[in-house]
Amino acid sequence: MLQFNHKDILDITSLSVEDISLILDTAARMKEVSERPVKKVPTLRGKTVILYFYEPSTRTRTSFDIAAKRMSADSISLSGSSSSMVKGETLLDTARNLEAMKPDVIVLRHPSAGAPNILAKNLKASILNAGDGMHAHPTQALLDMMTVREHKGKLEGLRIAIIGDIAHSRVARSNCIGFTKMGAIVTLCGPLTMMPKGMESYGVRVTYDMNEAIRDADVIMMLRIQKERQSGFFFPSEREYSRLYGLNRERLKSAGPEALVMHPGPINRGLEISPDVADGPNSIILDQVSNGVAVRMALLYLVTGGARNADTD
Amino acid sequence: MQILIKGARVIDPGRLDGLMDVMIENGFISDIKPQGSLNVPSGCDCRIYDAEGCILVPGLIDMHVHFREPGQEYKETIQSGCMAAAAGGFSAVCTMPNTYPVNDNSQVTRFIASQAKKSCGVKVYPAGSISKALDGKSLSEFAEMKEAGIIAVTDDGKPVTNSLMMRRAMEYARSTGLLVISHCEDLGLAANGVMNEGTMATRMGLSGIPNAAESIMVLRDIALCGLTGARLHIAHVSTKESVAAIRNAKKTGIPVTAETAPHYFTLTEEAVQNYDTNAKMNPPLRTQKDVDAIREALGDGTIDAIASDHAPHSQVEKAVEFDQAANGIIGLETSLALGLRLVESRVLSMTGLIEKMSVNPARILGLETILAVGVSADITVIDPEKAWTVDSAKFRSISRNTPFDGWTLKGRAVLTMVNGAVIFDEMPAQV
Repeated sequence: MLQFNHKDILDITSLSVEDISLILDTAARMKEVSERPVKKVPTLRGKTVILYFYEPSTRTRTSFDIAAKRMSADSISLSGSSSSMVKGETLLDTARNLEAMKPDVIVLRHPSAGAPNILAKNLKASILNAGDGMHAHPTQALLDMMTVREHKGKLEGLRIAIIGDIAHSRVARSNCIGFTKMGAIVTLCGPLTMMPKGMESYGVRVTYDMNEAIRDADVIMMLRIQKERQSGFFFPSEREYSRLYGLNRERLKSAGPEALVMHPGPINRGLEISPDVADGPNSIILDQVSNGVAVRMALLYLVTGGARNADTD
Repeated sequence: MQILIKGARVIDPGRLDGLMDVMIENGFISDIKPQGSLNVPSGCDCRIYDAEGCILVPGLIDMHVHFREPGQEYKETIQSGCMAAAAGGFSAVCTMPNTYPVNDNSQVTRFIASQAKKSCGVKVYPAGSISKALDGKSLSEFAEMKEAGIIAVTDDGKPVTNSLMMRRAMEYARSTGLLVISHCEDLGLAANGVMNEGTMATRMGLSGIPNAAESIMVLRDIALCGLTGARLHIAHVSTKESVAAIRNAKKTGIPVTAETAPHYFTLTEEAVQNYDTNAKMNPPLRTQKDVDAIREALGDGTIDAIASDHAPHSQVEKAVEFDQAANGIIGLETSLALGLRLVESRVLSMTGLIEKMSVNPARILGLETILAVGVSADITVIDPEKAWTVDSAKFRSISRNTPFDGWTLKGRAVLTMVNGAVIFDEMPAQV
């Protein structure tokens, strides 16, 4: 078995091609556990996983929680509003207190970019970044890569179009890095107001024309539009945004019939994606969610020492 | 009490440059003569410093510091700030008014002056605020604060957003004989930015502040300076566009001066890597192009002064998430050594550096610093060859927020004297 030498998973940048392949292969094997009538293996028995979510999350938190439980780890869930954060305790103080209770893994979702880095630097527990500000969402990128690989059999040479609010999206950043690292060709598309400076430095193409972006795309990944962005002068109206950058059945035709449609959720039906496309034959949105559990099981397994010191199955 | 400093290279830009002995008596310079010509009679109450290899200059002036008293004494008091200044070679500082309460009235000014009097002797010249409580809405009482001791007005930390109010502030400052120091920032454009805008910010997932957020306001304030004829000083210049605007304004005779801080000619945004909050300040660290432009502007005189923007913060404000962290770094104890790097890299001559750190700040603030017989002895002695490692734990400042911790630097102040009194020395004296 290949060696996995990461204590923490903070971003995709620090993972090598081999690391990513190992994670995806491990996740593919883990997936079978969720298909069993008794969905539990004893692999992480006696391990403690804290899910610390400073930001609201349904999918990611549930996914991590299920992943931990299917591996027989003990998982504890904390949210920003139920923690000492509301009493004015700093992130580092809270984390040190959690550390004193000897968790093996802390999964952190936080609105500030770099928050997981603070924990990783100061704590012995493994830190898994479940999304930090606009910075990174490595588990999402991994589950996206896993899902695409499952459907297309490969990642190399695929054309991936990522559409929407790139500027505020940690999903877009992590996917740009991940997919290009694995040899895919990424095109980003959105209005210039939502296109941060220097995206080309990731080795991706940038266009403001959605039709051009999705022409011959193998994968179209739609990003969520946060409605409150309208007040930051990012776009004039939801109507106009939807006209220029929404994915509907008509527009989908300019991509190949085999094109996969993805979305990290939660979806604004009718804004960035029309309901018929979200629920249509090209959509693999729910596969993404299923694979999220497998990827997170794989990561919990790998950062806690994998085959080296886990209970044998 | 006589003090004799022997054999230093004495530099008073435009007036003196040579190996000399300097005698100080009763607070005043009593004699300056070529090396070897001065001696003290035996048995007198005197102290002799052998300063061969050192440079003796008019006391350095840091025209932009934040001492946190009143209000945030856990970060810095006037006393600790003065100690840090003395250790950095500064005989005088100009303190910014954003204390709690704000220095927007004469009582606060008097309080600062009285605390300064109880400190180690560094001359503290407070700046008063332009607007009451820094709210940008109504003018502070400039004249009354001036009577109490302010020498400039500024809302530093914030811009005066309303252009009419800034115009009135400049007009009123001109008629009351005060300098206006401007923190140039278009808050709308800077939005919620926490570092320089660009590829680095994009990769780190942090909101950026474009260069234009600074230069737009520099251009506005230069226009208002032209309109009002007030003396305008642009604080902490960080971008190449601001440099171009100031250079252009000076060419057309507008009475504008400018300062930059050591971090803007030493560091780029790369220092923010790993979310280091000790590299977070406002304006933010920029790119190499900007650093190059700042250095060029120091060389050609577009930027008149080097000021540290000494901004103490504790762990409470800094050991937090990057976007939550307070802006600013301390600089009094590293400023001179970082300035000396400009001499090393031939951006400035030694004389040029002394102009930026003493002569020009004095001129801009309306103070006097010269080395001449009969004047009050404000003197800094620098050992330009002394290598040392920055250890923030040893700082006189209460705070530790510096991105230069662990750096090896060359050159430091070995003696600081104010009104003839030695307030800091690291040189052996013969008594």
